[in-house]
Amino acid sequence: MSKLEYTITVYTENQIGLLNRIAIIFSRRKINVISLNTSSSEVENVHRFTIVIHETEEVVRKLCRQIEKQVEVLSAYFNTEDEIVWQELAMYKVSTDVIAEKVKVERLLREYGARAVVIRKDYTVFETTGHREEIDKLTKVLEPLGLIEFVRSARVAIIKASEGFHQRLKEFEKTDPSETPIENEFLDKQDEVFTM
Amino acid sequence: MQAEEKIIEIKKEQIATESSLQNLNEVSGSVALLESCIAEGVKTIFGYPGGAIMPIYDALYDYNEKLKHILVRHEQGAIHAAQGFARSSGNVGVVFATSGPGATNLITGLADAHIDSTPLVCITGQVYAHLLGTDAFQETDVINITTPVTKWNYQITDANEIPEVIAKAFYIAKSGRPGPVLIDISKNAQIQKFNFKGYTKCNHIRSYRPKPIVRKKYIEQSAEIINRAQKPFVIFGQGVILGKAEKEFLAFIEKGGLPSACTILGLSALPTDHPLNVGMLGMHGNYGPNVLTNECDVLIAIGMRFDDRVTGRLDKYAKQAKIIHLDIDPSEIDKNVKVTIGVWGDCKETLPMLTSAIETKKHTEWVRKFYDFKKEEVDSVIYNELNPTSDELTMGEVIKYLNELTNGDAIVVTDVGQHQMVTCRYAKFNSSKSNITSGGLGTMGFALPAAIGAKFGAEERTVVAVIGDGGIQMTIQEFGTIMQTGVDIKIIILNNQFLGMVRQWQQLFNDKRYSFVNIESPDYVQVAKGYRIAAKKVESRSELKNSLQEMLNHKGSYLLEIMVGKENNVFPMVPQGCSVSEIRLK
Repeated sequence: MSKLEYTITVYTENQIGLLNRIAIIFSRRKINVISLNTSSSEVENVHRFTIVIHETEEVVRKLCRQIEKQVEVLSAYFNTEDEIVWQELAMYKVSTDVIAEKVKVERLLREYGARAVVIRKDYTVFETTGHREEIDKLTKVLEPLGLIEFVRSARVAIIKASEGFHQRLKEFEKTDPSETPIENEFLDKQDEVFTM
Repeated sequence: MQAEEKIIEIKKEQIATESSLQNLNEVSGSVALLESCIAEGVKTIFGYPGGAIMPIYDALYDYNEKLKHILVRHEQGAIHAAQGFARSSGNVGVVFATSGPGATNLITGLADAHIDSTPLVCITGQVYAHLLGTDAFQETDVINITTPVTKWNYQITDANEIPEVIAKAFYIAKSGRPGPVLIDISKNAQIQKFNFKGYTKCNHIRSYRPKPIVRKKYIEQSAEIINRAQKPFVIFGQGVILGKAEKEFLAFIEKGGLPSACTILGLSALPTDHPLNVGMLGMHGNYGPNVLTNECDVLIAIGMRFDDRVTGRLDKYAKQAKIIHLDIDPSEIDKNVKVTIGVWGDCKETLPMLTSAIETKKHTEWVRKFYDFKKEEVDSVIYNELNPTSDELTMGEVIKYLNELTNGDAIVVTDVGQHQMVTCRYAKFNSSKSNITSGGLGTMGFALPAAIGAKFGAEERTVVAVIGDGGIQMTIQEFGTIMQTGVDIKIIILNNQFLGMVRQWQQLFNDKRYSFVNIESPDYVQVAKGYRIAAKKVESRSELKNSLQEMLNHKGSYLLEIMVGKENNVFPMVPQGCSVSEIRLK
């Protein structure tokens, strides 16, 4: 099985220490986390982790099961890149003098979808969002001008096929065992189902 | 300014104390903790006091009648004792320890309980909340240190959290696949008075689903496969015991006429002399079950996790068979061995469903095959081990006599190494929860404290600890616990003057280069006497059986050191990296 870039989406309770509990699932197996983002989700009081790793599907599936096993995790999903809509954000701080002199700012803004966030006498901050390759292109243009600072965010992703977590949470809140959160359907159609 | 504030603070506290006298619900966090434990049915606590847990121990002073506190000699002893307690009683084991070194001494036991799915609730004291992160005296980051080895952990810094968190702790520890839970309570929360509104047990956490709905489809599919099988083979683990499903399991295998072998932790779930019990799996398990794993056409795994010591080389493991896996933990299904059907659920529920769906059968020919292999194993290994002709005593014959004298009714606690394998191979078990050993983690030093705990968990039963001369020296300080509590356990030291298992490997795989396995022992009889424990040393066959009888008859704890052959090996053996069918008889 070949390795691919997988985006793991984890819905969790908001609990101190959970980040570590999830992180060590990867580090224990010596798996490098390419990017990790935590944020609120579409549901109040439910947290959403977005984790990107480069692994085989089998490994990712097992990882998701280990993640879901954690007491405060509601659900873990994994998706390949064509199953999600995703963005990363990058910011560049460059010398305003250099920019004014050497770069056609207008072209920069149009061609790379960049925005100027701050323009001061001494420096300018550009920002762009997009896939990694798009950000890399802009970086390539700005790098020769001497980046004073550069930072790129973790990936955030929307799952194309997902209907959100509202309904599923209601199932979780029932005290009786119910079918929906318990997806052992995966047991007989492993190749189609992306949750555990 | 600061001094003034402090005075105001103190005054506030005084007012709070005074009003608490009027309000009976106003209690300290420590009292709330103890009341919570009592509400959970806790009667025995294993622990060791220290600075950061002093308020809890102060409260414990008044709870002498309701809570029995066993003072151990090292926190590792406390947690292994709690494990033994949990394993012999089926209830949650409870541990108290202080912050810093007290908490870090629990780590081995936590890891052991985690990998062997033992329900524990460990309470550790922590420095005052305002000192967290300041490198205060005896401060360690207990939560982060214990995260990989706990099912759940939580730090309490406000007494108001105590009832709810303790309820969650017990619920998580014992539900689903059990495991250890650690609750770290800062000293201020232990002291803090709050309005204790009573204790409500927890039975639901929305993000935690320990009990799945069993899907009939998988039961039906499994039954169909089992009904069509010519050579079905059941392998079962501790899940049967943890699920309290021994009867359901028996009904299942008897209806299907299914030969069954256990993992080391599954031992005693099925009586040893049941005709369908074909022995133990694994590296030093029985010959038949290992070889026939690669010959059966349907392998039914129940409450076991395909540990590498059970499977041997994975790419040559039961490749010919359809595999059905019943487990309560979905992450175990497909983890090591790809299964045909995974039945996710509590085997207490899934087994009766499966039993009613399968046909009544007797696989006489197939079962006989196991007995043929057994005969071969008896002829080439077992007979000689149990009836040696040389003057040297063997570990096997000790267990043989022990079986005769206890009739298989004792709880047998083992440590880790050769004596463990021999004991687990030959000990007779009539009833469940009788085998207590460190399986997954292989913790030397486990047996002595675990035996102490096991006795507190099942006081009506005889508890025999079988320990090697290496393991006993790792937690020998717990003789002090025996002395002080007067607990009645029988300790057999099988002394081969070597770290035997490592020596066996060095002999077989490292050209007999015995590197640091030659371990010296103290005079155990003298050591035991120092702790006021009756003791005797046996070196000859003629006195062996009588001495064992004397040990069992003795009122109170007794230590029997038995000198056994120095360089005996445990066979059969599946060498590491080999397939189970490549098991060696010598």
